[in-house]
Amino acid sequence: MHKKMAFSFPDEVLEHVFSFIQSDKDRNSVSLVCKSWYEIERWCRRKVFVGNCYAVSPRMVIKRFPEFRSIELKGKPHFADFNLVPDGWGGYVFPWIVEMAGAVPWLEEIKLKRMVVTDESLELIAKSFKNFKVLILSSCEGFSTDGLAAIAASCKNLKELDLRDCEVDDLSGHWLSHFPDTYTSLVALNISCLGSDEVSLSALERLVGRCTSLKTLRLNRAVPLDKVANILRRAPQLVEFGTGTYAAELRPDVYSDFAGAFSSCKELKSLSGFWDVVPDYLPAIYPVCSKLTSLNLSYATIQSPELIKLVSHCPNLQRLLVLDYIEDSGLEALASSCKDLQELRVFPSDPFGVEPNVSLTEQGLVAVSSGCPKLQSVLYFCRRMSNEALVTVAKNCPNFTRFRLCIIEPRTADYLTLEPLDVGFGAIVQYCKDLQRLSLSGLLTDRVFEYIGTYAKKLEMLSVAFAGDSDLGLHHVLSGCESLRKLEIRDCPFGDKALLANAAKLETMRSLWMSSCAVSFGACKLLAQKMPRLNVEVIDERGPPDSRPESCSVDKLYIYRTVAGSRFDMPPFVWTMEDDPSLQLS
Amino acid sequence: MEGGLVLLGGGSSGVSTNESAVLSKVEVVSEAESELELGLGLSLGGGGGGATGKTKAANSSWGECGRILTAKDFPSVVSQRSNNGGPFSGTKRAAESVSHESGSPSGASQVVGWPPIRSYRMNSLVNQAKAQRGDEGDSGVVEKDKPKDALKKKLNSNGKQTTVNEKGHLGFVKVNIDGIPIGRKVDLNAHSSYESLAQALEDMFLRSANSLEKEPLALSKLLDGSSEFVLTYEDKEGDWMLVGDVPWRMFVSSVRRLRIMRTSEANGLAPRFNESNERQKSKPI
Repeated sequence: MHKKMAFSFPDEVLEHVFSFIQSDKDRNSVSLVCKSWYEIERWCRRKVFVGNCYAVSPRMVIKRFPEFRSIELKGKPHFADFNLVPDGWGGYVFPWIVEMAGAVPWLEEIKLKRMVVTDESLELIAKSFKNFKVLILSSCEGFSTDGLAAIAASCKNLKELDLRDCEVDDLSGHWLSHFPDTYTSLVALNISCLGSDEVSLSALERLVGRCTSLKTLRLNRAVPLDKVANILRRAPQLVEFGTGTYAAELRPDVYSDFAGAFSSCKELKSLSGFWDVVPDYLPAIYPVCSKLTSLNLSYATIQSPELIKLVSHCPNLQRLLVLDYIEDSGLEALASSCKDLQELRVFPSDPFGVEPNVSLTEQGLVAVSSGCPKLQSVLYFCRRMSNEALVTVAKNCPNFTRFRLCIIEPRTADYLTLEPLDVGFGAIVQYCKDLQRLSLSGLLTDRVFEYIGTYAKKLEMLSVAFAGDSDLGLHHVLSGCESLRKLEIRDCPFGDKALLANAAKLETMRSLWMSSCAVSFGACKLLAQKMPRLNVEVIDERGPPDSRPESCSVDKLYIYRTVAGSRFDMPPFVWTMEDDPSLQLS
Repeated sequence: MEGGLVLLGGGSSGVSTNESAVLSKVEVVSEAESELELGLGLSLGGGGGGATGKTKAANSSWGECGRILTAKDFPSVVSQRSNNGGPFSGTKRAAESVSHESGSPSGASQVVGWPPIRSYRMNSLVNQAKAQRGDEGDSGVVEKDKPKDALKKKLNSNGKQTTVNEKGHLGFVKVNIDGIPIGRKVDLNAHSSYESLAQALEDMFLRSANSLEKEPLALSKLLDGSSEFVLTYEDKEGDWMLVGDVPWRMFVSSVRRLRIMRTSEANGLAPRFNESNERQKSKPI
């Protein structure tokens, strides 16, 4: 008698096997194998990832995974980073905290991205989860230092507090002092986004001094350079460090104090901060450069010669964020010094200037692509590009997973041939078979979308702006990109036809954003009617869409799949089609 | 799973008309910009559209706000200003900003959210540019030619949405209303006058989710002192003032954030200049 596999292992064994499976995707696959695997898996899933907080309700999550200890939630669409989502759109975490406070008392980790977090939420977290350990808030807003004080005061087991790029209201109140004197478990603290009134230096020094396991410390700009030495001396075990302002009077005693403290940190692998850099202070970090794998100089307005000196000291660099002051010459130096480079981000120092202020062109990108064989992830702002350069880059770097190019002036053509950049980006998707994320810019016709639909089979996220000629462009992407999860489009002539013809595709994706395109309100209503498991949100601050003709384009459109139905917290400028009485006909 | 939908009529005309709508949006933007360049003129009936591309047709049906004081009412605002503090230093900036904007704007600088740089980073750039420009006139600064003057840096707090610099690119300021803990943000660049700003704020805070009409709740007339609420702002020096006293440009260059405060709590704020000049015939909005 041949027994089936599923009955020959006790649940505990399967659970143990599943515990080695951490990735969300794999866990989801496991739960699809059969009913008993689904049951076993759901009871032992400890980390839950919700890519869109409105795709599912907190109760549904808790019901399916009663024993989770860590949750990651994402709120607003990505274009909210660029102020395209009006304030008040949504993404409130409070309802989630309320449900979890009751049902998941052993929750340890909360990671949020682009969500609205109030002090009330933070206070509820502090009160409800006795073993709370990790709070990571990325691009969140809505809270003040009062909320942070509550966390500091109550979370005795807190290990990580990371506020990345958050907007925090500064109410003066020395929230850091709310960590009790007995509290010593901090491992990571990132307060780089805080303003000037929000950190008491003496409290910080004492905190750092007693938390001997501290590995990550990212200070905010207000911490003066001459105080950093005191802090570093108390934490020589630091692995990741972000300075405050990197400016001080040029005094030998201050310099040597600072340099000495720095060189005592033998474990440093990652540096950031560097606001207001005084170049003469840069050599202070040379002693630690040889071990650095990550360097964020994207707020440092230092010029190319200093940057070249600096990167030439960092042979093990894997990740570099920098301003375009580095110029082509600096990138060439980078290409020859940093053979392990995997990620490069070059930001513009003067994004609104009409004329280029630095000599950074496509040549720098080509140089890095040629010299750094492990390069996988690029974000590059520049003012000119050519198809030739893009083809070269594509051939040099077939391992790209993320390629984001922003040519600053919209619809800029190939500067050599004056043609669109279709062929260049086409080469990128053709050669880089593992490409997961792509952002387009420059002059682009429907042809580039044909290439993308044909070749970009692993592409998960695509960002498009000021591109394309017609609905055909959108159709190529929606019908061709099998792995597409997120599509965000602005200012493109894409309209109803492609959207409606590919409606079913939208349920296989997390979300679609279209703003300043040509989608009519009539099409939105039709889509919402035909696809009940999609929320079709029309975001329009001009007033109710039905006060205009149905063929009128909507301002902004956000479509996402959901099993939670329509949401209850929409502001007045968001319309979903449930409100429309005409949909109740037939 | 790939079954598509047949387009059920009505949509085919969409693309061509909308294309021209997209084009006309671009034109509206440059029009609005030239209005701003004309300086301190008042434009009634809502903003000309700014970078968000609102069409004039949509705005005009929403009525006009009441008249408020502007520089036109006063022969020379600066010398008559009775407030102490910030705005004096702002005047010079305002004058500079007018001349800065007399050149024709490039395409990239006029579009909302483009180039795609996070506001956090933009603020940092603005702060650095401001500090750099601010120090240019100083004597005693060590390294003038470098883009970053190290010594006399006025450290603006990062993470806050600072407002417009001389080029007028970043206009988002926080707005809070008494009684609601979560604030909103408004883009000052989308407005060229106090009326349109007040209009936007009223729409933001006073329209309930279900009301489709423009029913004025008790909170209208933010600017003329006749409502339960009054609009105030915090300037660069940290002082709280009533909105509407200074020319729009000067206001925009010195405002840090806004607060809609109950009139009863607004005592002690900088008094309105020359209240007898106010003609309060505003109709309900």
